[in-house]
Amino acid sequence: MVEVRLENLKKYFDKGRVKAVDGIDLTIKDGEFLVLLGPSGCGKTTTLRMISGLELPTDGKIYFGDKDVTYLPPKDRNISMVFQSYAVWPHMKVYDNIAFPLKIKKYPKDEIDKRVKWVAELLQIEELLDRYPAQLSGGQRQRVAVARAIVVEPDVLLMDEPLSNLDAKLRVMMRAEIKKLQTKLKVTTVYVTHDQVEAMTMGDRIAVMKQGKLLQVGPPAEVYLKPNSIFVATFIGAPEMNLLDVTVKEDEKGLILEGESFEIPLPEDFTPLLKDYVNKTVIMGIRPEHLIVEGISEILHVKRRAKIEGVVDFVEALGTDTIVHAKVGEKIIKIKLAGNVNVPIREKIKIIVDLDTMHIFDKQNEKAII
Amino acid sequence: MNDETKYMLKQLAFYTFIFVVVAWIVVPLIVATLYAFAAPKDYYDPNKVIPLHFTAKYVKTILIHLGAWEAIKNSVVVALLTIAISFTLGIPAGYAIAKFIFPAKDTIKLSIVALRMFPIPVMAIPLVILYIRLNLIDTRLGVALAHTAMALPFVVLITSSIFAGVATELEEAGMVFGLTRLGSFLKITLPLALPGLAAAAMFTFVMSWNEVFVASVLTLSHRTLPAQILSIMAGSSGGAAPDYYKFAAAFIMTLPAMLFVFFARKYLITMWGISLK
Ligand SMILES: Nc1ncnc2c1ncn2[C@@H]1O[C@H](COP(=O)(O)OP(=O)(O)O)[C@@H](O)[C@H]1O
Ligand SMILES: [Mg+2]
Repeated sequence: MVEVRLENLKKYFDKGRVKAVDGIDLTIKDGEFLVLLGPSGCGKTTTLRMISGLELPTDGKIYFGDKDVTYLPPKDRNISMVFQSYAVWPHMKVYDNIAFPLKIKKYPKDEIDKRVKWVAELLQIEELLDRYPAQLSGGQRQRVAVARAIVVEPDVLLMDEPLSNLDAKLRVMMRAEIKKLQTKLKVTTVYVTHDQVEAMTMGDRIAVMKQGKLLQVGPPAEVYLKPNSIFVATFIGAPEMNLLDVTVKEDEKGLILEGESFEIPLPEDFTPLLKDYVNKTVIMGIRPEHLIVEGISEILHVKRRAKIEGVVDFVEALGTDTIVHAKVGEKIIKIKLAGNVNVPIREKIKIIVDLDTMHIFDKQNEKAII
Repeated sequence: MNDETKYMLKQLAFYTFIFVVVAWIVVPLIVATLYAFAAPKDYYDPNKVIPLHFTAKYVKTILIHLGAWEAIKNSVVVALLTIAISFTLGIPAGYAIAKFIFPAKDTIKLSIVALRMFPIPVMAIPLVILYIRLNLIDTRLGVALAHTAMALPFVVLITSSIFAGVATELEEAGMVFGLTRLGSFLKITLPLALPGLAAAAMFTFVMSWNEVFVASVLTLSHRTLPAQILSIMAGSSGGAAPDYYKFAAAFIMTLPAMLFVFFARKYLITMWGISLK
């Protein structure tokens, strides 16, 4: 078990033309489950490969505890990795696949046997030990890859989208299992994914990446409730957060957000936050699940409300939820209502905004103001 | 015509095709074998297509008195040396082409193949002079080196496509779990590439076994089998040898290569069976 520290980590490919990782500072605490989240191509795998030692950084340092491991070969780092393709060795039986890391580290034979049995039981693959990987399903192969990764009790466990090749049902199941396993083993874990649901459900903390840079690092609830930028706000949560251009106006009672076809008067505690933006356009963000349709749904503990009028344009009935698409001016606002709710199309509705869950972003740099 | 007869006709056409292909290869082999052991009076009897009296005399004469047995040993040694040298040089090159990105990679790949465009007879005289200076003339190592020059481009290209077929992540997994880069190559990539490498070895063996020009030019007392047979049949006896000697020689030339391919093939199939499943 060890703390992992990345200092100004950079990796450029093609003589600096591709900035895959562009200056990352991140500390992964001892025993923490950190999820590296971002769209495809943002540099997650490259970051993970630098932590593993398979890739050498262009610049920056990597520490395991107090030890500088930046240029240490992978074999001397005491790490394990679950590859996206699993990388289970096809010429070895499952047993030998799991035992191989122990054999390399020269464990005695009975100790190897004991550990393989232990980890096989943990992952429920005892009856597969005698098979070749080609005789396994994708889900089983994935378990073998996880078993192989944890059998050596590594200091750091690295996983690169380990669930992305599984079907939806198995993915949900393995999500919980991997999380439980990590909690039990308390191994420092870096888990790479582009799936925000995985990140939210599994991570102790989430680090959101975009184009080689870290945008925000924090516990799931914080990243969800207090996104620091439009990118983080829209990347996390489904359906995506609604974004509306509004202009900040001032009258005798205080500030007002003026939209295309609505006005939201703001309480006075907003005034100091927005005083630099008077008469400027900002972006208002509200999550679909934080909106209420008057007379149809209700959310508890909403203290301060504002009303927007809209017309129902389309309704997605998902069974567990109902997504109402409402036309406000020319924009579509999505509202997520719990359960199966009957909302007639083309009906005029009043959408209620909870002012305490509303976000406001700077239009220029897309950073959060509120 | 109903579906059933259509199906039957298709099957018939298919099996006829297979039969023709197999016969194309097998009939000459059978004929050569029969005539290799035919007694001369049967061979020259116009009324007998299939000989009835057999003798091993001519095969024996070629093998023992005319030096074919020694030549077989030379051929095997040369072929094995060729495999050893061309693989020692070709595997690292093939691996590098498959797994690394480096400047002028395509040019290098192309020039490797382009080397084979040189007609060998053009190089024969300079090669002999060079070999005399290097004391390589009339040695088995010398022939093996020449064969290596001919086989190496293919070995490089074949092994590079074999290594490209072994996922890099498998080797990287080896490194993550405690092996060095070389260790991971030896313990993971190499075993997975083995069937393909064995096929490349077979190819190299057969190429060396069949090569006659370079072997004839570069050797006198250490001839490989094709060179020895050529000199028996055409040269040293002062004219063309009788037909049944030719068939005996053909038999001697094909048998070892056939046996080699036959056993290698069996081994190959078991290996593919494991790694491709
Ligand atoms: N070996 C490489 N050579 C050149 N560019 C690369 C290499 N590996 C990754 N890249 C580039 O770096 C960027 C980040 O890649 P990667 O870390 O794999 O992203 P992610 O895992 O987040 O999808 C991509 O634009 C990718 O094309
Ligand atoms: Mg990736």
